[in-house]
Amino acid sequence: MELFVFVVSAAMVLVGAVGVVVRKHPVHAALSLVLTLFGIAVLFVAQEAHFLAAVQVIVYAGAIVVLFLFVIMLLGVDNAEDLHIEPFKVQRPVAAVIGAGLVSIIGLAIIVSRKATVPLVEQSQAVQDAVLDPQDGNIRALARDVFSDHVLAFELTSVLLVIAVVATVMLARKPKPGELVIIHTSAAPK
Amino acid sequence: MIAAIVTPTTTWYLLLGAVLFSIGVVGVMVRRNPLILFMCVELMLNAVNLTFVALARRLGDIGGQSMVFFVMVVAAAEVVVGLGIVVAILRRKPNATTDDMAELKG
Repeated sequence: MELFVFVVSAAMVLVGAVGVVVRKHPVHAALSLVLTLFGIAVLFVAQEAHFLAAVQVIVYAGAIVVLFLFVIMLLGVDNAEDLHIEPFKVQRPVAAVIGAGLVSIIGLAIIVSRKATVPLVEQSQAVQDAVLDPQDGNIRALARDVFSDHVLAFELTSVLLVIAVVATVMLARKPKPGELVIIHTSAAPK
Repeated sequence: MIAAIVTPTTTWYLLLGAVLFSIGVVGVMVRRNPLILFMCVELMLNAVNLTFVALARRLGDIGGQSMVFFVMVVAAAEVVVGLGIVVAILRRKPNATTDDMAELKG
């Protein structure tokens, strides 16, 4: 059963990922990305990461892809790109070689080290107790871990999000007439 | 039945993550549309997330899943800021590719 789930969702992930790279139209690429993200969410469930699977669907497939589609549609850049144009002749062969090399190096490392002994990880007692909860052990354990052991990092992510929101508002708004514009246009005299 | 005998091990998930990461790398190197570059970065982040979750189960350590949680937050912030920059550039020159942004260098 787990084999079936793995094969189907791995096929979804890979087809979607290749679709993102080879699709001419940005909207099609974004929809391929949704396929990949759903496949990853299924694999998360198969790996007993239930909370992350839910977050994956809500945040990635929901929010981030919708953000992509909003930008594509609102800016009107949804015209197909001609993939036959190749500005640098060596770019694609080099990219293919690097990609194949990356797969073989990482794959070799994984296969060589697959029999490596697993070190015992020390976890706080609260996390260990929460994992054993039969009903929703994953969510309880994750909450214990994030809100006790990593609470400082959690608070810092909220700061990061506020910075990101403010920065985006500053970047994307149109300057009022008469306001000082800091960004130089390309037509500015040199 | 085969499915009853062969169960996917952690190695399978790690290999899938490696392939997904490499597809993302190739996409970043090949494509010229800045939006699609961002999507390929998302592919790479998801490959890493998959690896984290697979190893979290293998090691019996929930810390890997916490890491994925933080990666997701940072990825959301990265997409928001990146798309803000893309909007600012594309508003100035529609249909700009990454090659047109070479003037950013000083």
